[in-house]
This record gives sequence, C-alpha cells and structure tokens, in this order.
Amino acid sequence: MKTIIAEDLHKSYNKGSVKALDGLNLDVEEGTVLGVLGPNGAGKTTTVRVLATLLMPDSGRATVAGIDVLKNPDEVRKIIGLSGQYAAVDETLTGWDNLIMFGRLYHLSAKQAKERAVELLEQFSLTDSAKRPIRTYSGGMRRRLDLAASLIVKPKVLFLDEPTTGLDPRGRQDMWGVINELVKGGVTLLLTTQYLEEADHLADEIAVIDHGRVIARGTSDTLKKQVGGERLEIVVENQHMAATREIVAKVSGGAINVDEGLRQISAPVTTGSKALIEAAKLLDEKGIHPLDIGLKRPSLDDVFLSLTGHVAEEKKDEDLASTGKKRGR
Amino acid sequence: MNAISDALIITKRQLLQLARVPELILFSIIQPIMFVLLFRYVFGGSIDTGQPGGYVQLLMPGIFVQTVAFTLAGTAVGLTADMQKGLISRFRSLPISRSAVVFGRTLGDGALNVVVLLAMGITGYVVGWRPTSGLLSVTLGFVFLLVFGFAMSWIGVLIGLSVREERVATNATFIAVFPLTFLSNAFAPTTGMPRPLQYIAEWNPVSTMVAGCRELFGLKNEFGATAGSFPSDNPLLMSVIYMILIMAVFIPLSVRKYNRVSK
Repeated sequence: MKTIIAEDLHKSYNKGSVKALDGLNLDVEEGTVLGVLGPNGAGKTTTVRVLATLLMPDSGRATVAGIDVLKNPDEVRKIIGLSGQYAAVDETLTGWDNLIMFGRLYHLSAKQAKERAVELLEQFSLTDSAKRPIRTYSGGMRRRLDLAASLIVKPKVLFLDEPTTGLDPRGRQDMWGVINELVKGGVTLLLTTQYLEEADHLADEIAVIDHGRVIARGTSDTLKKQVGGERLEIVVENQHMAATREIVAKVSGGAINVDEGLRQISAPVTTGSKALIEAAKLLDEKGIHPLDIGLKRPSLDDVFLSLTGHVAEEKKDEDLASTGKKRGR
Repeated sequence: MNAISDALIITKRQLLQLARVPELILFSIIQPIMFVLLFRYVFGGSIDTGQPGGYVQLLMPGIFVQTVAFTLAGTAVGLTADMQKGLISRFRSLPISRSAVVFGRTLGDGALNVVVLLAMGITGYVVGWRPTSGLLSVTLGFVFLLVFGFAMSWIGVLIGLSVREERVATNATFIAVFPLTFLSNAFAPTTGMPRPLQYIAEWNPVSTMVAGCRELFGLKNEFGATAGSFPSDNPLLMSVIYMILIMAVFIPLSVRKYNRVSK
C-alpha cells in the first residue's frame, strides 16, 4: 500500500515566475523510507510543506495514509510527525516543558503527557538535560528533542526535512542512528536531504528532484546503474598524465575525464576488475607507477551530475519558496 | 472546547517562559515605571492642569493607555520570533484549533498586562496618583485597559505574522503606535495642536481611551474636548466601539494570516 502519494503538484510564487513545484509526483510504500534528494531550491521543503498540510499547492493531489491532504488536513495532522531543518522548539523552555506542551497540544492528558515525555527523553538520551533550557543544548541535542516532539503520538507517517543540515559529523551519525531505530519501528518516512551519502545510508528508495519535479527514482543501486557501471580512476604524477590518458583510452572506450588538479584520470569501464588489471599491466610496461589506482562505483553525486547535467548546485529559490512572496519583492 | 484548551496551553507556555526567565517580566515592568517617573517629574512641574492633585492625575490614565497600546509590539515580536524559529510551522502541523496559537498568544500578552498595570498603578500611587471614583469604577477602568490591550494585540498578530524579522517587527510596531499615543490627549492638551491635528487627536482611539479612563478614575478630562465633538463627549462609548471594531477586523484577518503563513 502506498502511504504517501503526491500527484502532479504545482506551486509557483510571484505570479508564476518562480516554480517551486512543477508537476511533482512521488509515492512512498508503507513502512519504507523515501529519500528526497536535491540541491537547495529544488523544491524539497515545498514538497514536505504541502504533504504536512502547511501549504496549499496551486494544483495537484496528495494523500497521506489514504487521507486527502488538501481536503482533510485536520485528519492528516493527527497521524503525521514533522521535524524540520530548524529545531522548532521553544528555546526559552526546558526540554521537559516542550515535550509536555506538545503532548498537551496532541490532546494527551497531563499524566499521559508526562509518561510520554519520560519515555522520549530516555529514548533520545536527553534525560539528564531535561530540566535545562533548550538554548543551552548543543545542535545535535536540539535536533533530537525536535524529533522527539514530532514522535509524541507515535505518528504513522514522519516527515523529516533535512534532519542533519548544520550538524557536525558526530551529530549526524547520532541522528542517523536514531532515524534507523525509528524505521525499524515501522514508521513510513519521507526524508529530504542534500547529502547524497545520507540518502544512500537511510533511504530504501531515492527520488532525485530538480526544479520542482522528480527527475529519477529508484534504489540507490538502480540509480547508480543508470549512470553507468564502475569507473576506473588513476592518479599519477604530472609527467605521466598524457601517457596514462592513452592507456585509459585503450581500456575504457568511454568518455575520459581528466582532473588536472587531482592529477586524476578516470573513465567508465564495463569489464570491472579485468579493466583494472589490464590498465595496471599497461602502466607497468611503460614504467609508470600510479599514486593511486582503483575501481569506483558511481556516487550519488555522479548520479546527480549525469541526471541533471549540472552538479548539485545551490540556488536561492528554496528560500524564496519557503518564505513566499515577501522575499520576492 | 478543544479550541479553548489548546489556546490556554499556548498561553501557559508564555507564562512558563516568564517563570523560566524572570528578566522578561522585570523589563516589561521597568519601562512603564520609568515613563511614569519621567513624565511625572520632567513635565509634571511645568504643566498646569488647574485640577486638584496636579499633572499626575491626568498623566496616569494617559500612560496606562500608552502602555497597553504597546502590547501589540510584544505580540508582534513574539510571533515573528516563533515564525523565524519554525515554531509556527510546528504548531500548524499539529491537530489543534486553527486559532489556538494566536488566541493563546494574545491572552498571554493580556495576562502580562495585568502585572504591568499593577506595577504602574503602585508606582503612580507612590508619586501621588489618587483616583477618586471608588473601587468599582477604578476596577472597571483597569478592565477597560486590559480589553484595549487585548484588542491592540490582534493588530500585533497581523504585523508579527507579516514581517520576516524581529527587528522589522520592532520598528513596524513602533511606527504604528508611537504617533498614535502622542497624537492624543495622553500627555498634553490637544488644544495646543494645529487645527487638523486636533481633529485627528480627538478621534484617535488612544484619546477616547484616555478620556474614558480619566472619567472612570474620577477626573474631568481637561486635555481636549474643546471642539465638543462626539468622541470627546462620549469617550467611553466611542472606546467600546473602537475596541469592537479593531477586534472585528483584526481577529479574522489574523487567524486567516496565521493559516497562510509561508514559514
């Protein structure tokens, strides 16, 4: 069963001059994780805001757990959790205060709200800091508390909008651990990210979006295959660059990429390790000793590059999209 | 019923903030008290009111009204901050009443006004303010002030949800309220103003509120009313009309805005 469905969503700002969503389609199978991957301004946040009932699209249809998001937003709000890139909690209050407040807003009784707060603080290793104001928390702690607040009523569907943006590597690792635990619990998760590694790590399926529409989707493996198989990469000293390029041309037959700065020559190969051995042999015959040589499966960066023809560039449109018309003035 | 209990949870959040950071209350009180003392002693000596008890009797209602009018600044800045931090989005993703957050906020700001007015009243008393109308009228006067603050707060909701930065909210509300409080009978007689300004001052809700409160605190309003205009003759009635008008316009607009904020 598809728990999240978005069909042909359109949303534009500034009288149509900025298209945040341009016919976006996606769906998420129950109990799975969809990673929505794209650069800033691709429409990730706008997508989440539409699905989480915060924004009306200009046209299109969306359902969450079978409920029409546009017609019955109140019903949708009862079963979703949303955690964004900003830690949307009251920084003046303590972690405990925040969880109680949100618990009460989810219409738990005072007693239930307290019990749930105790559980969540424990689950997210925040028990010791429960009585401290949020503004004294580290970035990672804030983000965990924010996530905890979105899990108060054990939502069926969870939206995480760039859950690790701005976290240090350790904070990111912690967050990944927490998210993986949640997914084991059976929640359906839509997560946006601009980190290709993150989508690779957390998501069952990945939807790559650019300019407000999905330009490719599939598992990380299928996407990588779409780009082509493995690449042979050789790093040599400067004086051997030209000779090495010739060798790679013999082995590969595909488009050769030369990175002068990295002194790296790379090209797609179809024969895997055979190509690697062949190249090594030819280098040896010429007396060239590579500084590095190996086969690399394409990264999602490569996927993005080959799908869009440009690297995952930053645009300002996402800001524009998320703050609406005001910023356009 | 959920709409009310949801709003009260938001109000409680605000009161909890005051409890967690008592400086918030302290600084909400210091400014109005400072105004009372400054006006009382800086202008008080040079303005002859011709009434028993002197300038402070006329000043206090003026400064009460000014203070509650500025409630909208606190409301606006608070909401802009919530919006910037993503809290408004989080609230909007919850299954709560669509008006709970803004009602809770205006009620919370109203509650803070109770403390502020009390502190000002005590300060006023210390520097010579003596309402002469009896407990009932004085209480009614304060209720009047609180409702006016509540009404003004709704203008603050609209401003707060319409700007993107706290600093803009601060400046926008200052520009909105400051002329309103000075183009009035709150601190000086309107009779000294150029004729066109006098009309504006007489119809200004701040003036009718001030005149109404002076009445309720047992004074004749000597700081205007020369034109014999309707608002000067019926300040209480006119104030009630203004409060109803403000709320009738700004509550629906604010709730609508809240449900459409893009951040």
